[in-house]
Amino acid sequence: MAAIDYQERIPNNVDLNTDRRLQRALEHWQPKFLNWWQDLGPEGFMGHDVYLRTAVSVDAKGWAHFGHVKMPEYRWGIFLADRDMDRTVGFGDEFGKPVWQEVPGEHRAVLRNLITTQGDTEPASVEQQRMLGQTCPSLYDLRNLFQVNVEEGRHLWAMVYLLHAYFGRDGREEAEELLMRHSGDVDNPRILSTFNEPIDDWLSFFMFTYFTDRDGKFQLKCLAESSFDPLARTCQFMLTEEAHHMFVGETGIGRIIKRALEVMKETGSDDPEVIRKAGAIDLHLLQRYVNFWFSSCLDLFGSEKSSNAASYFASGVKGRPDEARFEDHICRDSNFDLEVPDEKGKPISESIPMRNAMNEVVRQAYIKDCMVGLTRWNRLIKKAGFDFEITLPSQRFRRSIGPWANMSMDPAGKQISAEEYERRKTEFLPSEADRAYVKSLMKPVMEPGKVASWIAPPDRGINNQSIEYEYVRVH
Amino acid sequence: MAYENLITYDRDPESYKHWSLDVDGEIATLTLTVDEDGGIRPGYQLKLNSYDLGVDMELHDALQRVRFEHPSVKSVILTSGLDRMFCAGANIYMLGTSTHGWKVNFCKFTNETRNSMEDSSKHSGLKFVAGCNGVTAGGGYEMALACDEIFLIDDRSSAVSLPEVPLLGVLPGTGGLTRLTDKRKMRRDLADVFCTSTEGVRGQRAKEWRLVDHIAPKQVFMEKVRERAAELAKESKRPDQAEGVKMTPVKRDVRDDGYSYPNVDVKLDADGRTVTITVKAPTEKVPSDIDTILKQGMDWWPLAMARELDDAILILRTNHEEVGLWLLKTEGDAARVLEADAAVLKNLDNWFVTEVMGMMRRTFARLDVTSRSMFAVIDEGSCFAGSLLELALSADRSYMLDLPDDEENAPAIILGDMNFGPLEEVNGLTRLQTRYPAEDDIHDQLKKRQGEPLVGPVAEEIGLVTFAPDDLDWDDELRIAIEERASLSPDALTGMEANLRFGGHETMLTKVFGRLSAWQNWIFIRPNAVGEKGALKLFGTGSKADFDWKRV
Repeated sequence: MAAIDYQERIPNNVDLNTDRRLQRALEHWQPKFLNWWQDLGPEGFMGHDVYLRTAVSVDAKGWAHFGHVKMPEYRWGIFLADRDMDRTVGFGDEFGKPVWQEVPGEHRAVLRNLITTQGDTEPASVEQQRMLGQTCPSLYDLRNLFQVNVEEGRHLWAMVYLLHAYFGRDGREEAEELLMRHSGDVDNPRILSTFNEPIDDWLSFFMFTYFTDRDGKFQLKCLAESSFDPLARTCQFMLTEEAHHMFVGETGIGRIIKRALEVMKETGSDDPEVIRKAGAIDLHLLQRYVNFWFSSCLDLFGSEKSSNAASYFASGVKGRPDEARFEDHICRDSNFDLEVPDEKGKPISESIPMRNAMNEVVRQAYIKDCMVGLTRWNRLIKKAGFDFEITLPSQRFRRSIGPWANMSMDPAGKQISAEEYERRKTEFLPSEADRAYVKSLMKPVMEPGKVASWIAPPDRGINNQSIEYEYVRVH
Repeated sequence: MAYENLITYDRDPESYKHWSLDVDGEIATLTLTVDEDGGIRPGYQLKLNSYDLGVDMELHDALQRVRFEHPSVKSVILTSGLDRMFCAGANIYMLGTSTHGWKVNFCKFTNETRNSMEDSSKHSGLKFVAGCNGVTAGGGYEMALACDEIFLIDDRSSAVSLPEVPLLGVLPGTGGLTRLTDKRKMRRDLADVFCTSTEGVRGQRAKEWRLVDHIAPKQVFMEKVRERAAELAKESKRPDQAEGVKMTPVKRDVRDDGYSYPNVDVKLDADGRTVTITVKAPTEKVPSDIDTILKQGMDWWPLAMARELDDAILILRTNHEEVGLWLLKTEGDAARVLEADAAVLKNLDNWFVTEVMGMMRRTFARLDVTSRSMFAVIDEGSCFAGSLLELALSADRSYMLDLPDDEENAPAIILGDMNFGPLEEVNGLTRLQTRYPAEDDIHDQLKKRQGEPLVGPVAEEIGLVTFAPDDLDWDDELRIAIEERASLSPDALTGMEANLRFGGHETMLTKVFGRLSAWQNWIFIRPNAVGEKGALKLFGTGSKADFDWKRV
């Protein structure tokens, strides 16, 4: 029997060719992954050639190979950022000691849990988005969707690699479970509840890639600081791919705004009715989607005061994004001023131990990062001569966890009565009518170079190809 | 009101904060949805369906309601109202901020409540099914362990776990360790793996390891649980049709120096750190026909007496920690007590009387595991007969007044049917069997004396009482004994009494109250748990426990 060339089948920089234990694990897992991809991956496009980027190595030359490929034949690889031999623990009680190349027994359960939870979101989002291909606004967007999907698949591989390589039998079992839980499956749901809601329109997809993938980015940034070096290096490489997902979200929403502005100019009106009549998406509706997605993503960071966050930080398992930028890496005696409600629901400041506030620290960094796209979008609107601003709702709005959970807050963060909230809900959040309207727009456009009525064409194509390029060969 | 912040165990379904009780035919469902801000004391939030003493008081009350108010309920489902979270066990912040005494009292009460479920299953055929519809951790799993059968949702995420050792540096102290080996018959090496893993075991493996009886996916989960509860109901002895007896609040008056109940009096001597608990015999004829019994309901003497004594025990344990010596007395006509006992034993085929019997058994069992010294004081006008003689047999010592010159008024004790079986202790033995470890045939020997009034010297000779001083010595002997006892180390006494009270034969429950509780209470005061750098103390702060690695 000819030896299998693992490097060819599974591009990697983890010496898969010589690691028998890993080979055994992946040989067992890979067919299951492929079955899963066939069953629950993008519906209806398994046989099509898609212009995809494949990473074949981590250097500048290798991480972006473009070419048409059928998705089931995509080469999902395993890549870790290069090892820094002098790397030391960057935060917590073990600060300054050498980082861990193996899993310390003491932190086994916590690390396994973090990797499993992160890993579970990757296939979950593929499952959530599996029907979207049917209603793509252009081949360019269809290709971007699939690029996002295969990369989420690769991120699953990355987490499975860690489970297989470092967690023994337990890890192999968890890796299998990642393929057995399914988004929206009542009996076997995905771990985080947000990942059980289907994403069945493209506005939601762009919101997801802008807001939810950005949460993913920040989780990865935290794990990229981990003292468990293989995890840190894996996440560092994943971050380069995650950036593309947010690019899809930011430009997608930007193009929707651009299209709305065109219609507003043509008709000389900013009346939603008029905009909708022209088949575009009005900015008020867009704002309601922003309110919805931003607020649900804030919950993904966990409670403002968290004992888990504290112990992750203390033990060196999970840090803060860009940990090096902070002055104090120990945070044993420092405090954080947390905004909590007084009896009347007004914000007051409560001093809590910094370590317990780590979720909130990450959330604040996330909120700041979310603003970048908004600033660009608002610039577009202003330049077009309209007086409208897309804003992020208050972080007190529509929370399900933390001190502000389940309080009736308007998007400005002011407490209102439960009745008022109910009455004005459609002003804050997408109404049934909004969703129905968005759904009505979801008609596939698959002619090369053409785009749907509700979104402007992209400014440029992928990898210097023209916008008219056949990114997915559907004909 | 003599006592600030008196904590009572009075609860009413109308005002439950954490549990809901739904009765549907022969199945009752108890659903736990803990009010995060509804802790019995301030300073912590009851997240993730975690519980404190207040939550458990409601469970205790709900179980009593099922027993007495819903007689045709044959099986009880315990489940959670939260999604993907059954119960995370005792609240860690509550434990972290509580005094040692509060923790131990809390654990004891939760233990007794769990045991009472098993007691009801065994004696009244009230069956329990745990419907673990999500994460089942620590005390949450221990609650499930007290049930006859355990269902775990099979969703590839939810696990049962006992993470106390790896996470908190303490033990699963509500019977968890003992029930794994003694009730679930789990292999000890697997139990070792299970009890040191924070993540626990889920799905099929949980079943294979005997941690749960059934697994079922979410869509059919409650249906399967109900199906099984209905099957278990078929084994029940509880009636198909019967009208319940409404549980009225215990009639307790709080005085400056104690508590008064119709049938029990509690008189505190704060300076002497002693309390006198006097149980009173019925003052009127005790009905023995079932219709009148049901009509009297909560006021029927055997039940009223047991409920009041039970309440007194709980109130004293929780609110009067420094009162270390309980003097147990009785007062009234012994014939009436025996008459009441006979009425109970004659009607055991009735569900209500069976429940009354259970209540009596569990109440006396509370005394056995109470961490207070107990002396029975058998003096003039007392009625230590039958069921009330159990008070004297529960006590660590008994003093019986001898009146050599006044035979007419000399107090006597009387053995009755109740002493030979129905009120067995948690060690599965009668108090007589426990008392005479050397005599295998003690029941046969003593049955010959049943019904005979035994005066001091006779009772002393048989060994039923410890001392029988005469009237000249009585006051001084008693005073000195009390003063001496009250001066001894409370810790040493608790340990000594717990050992001596349960000599000989062991059961799962004696191991829970003896071995498990004792180790737990030791761990609870060790720096590795509660020191400034102890695991329990530091839980949630992010800092790692700094253990003293020396094995002791």
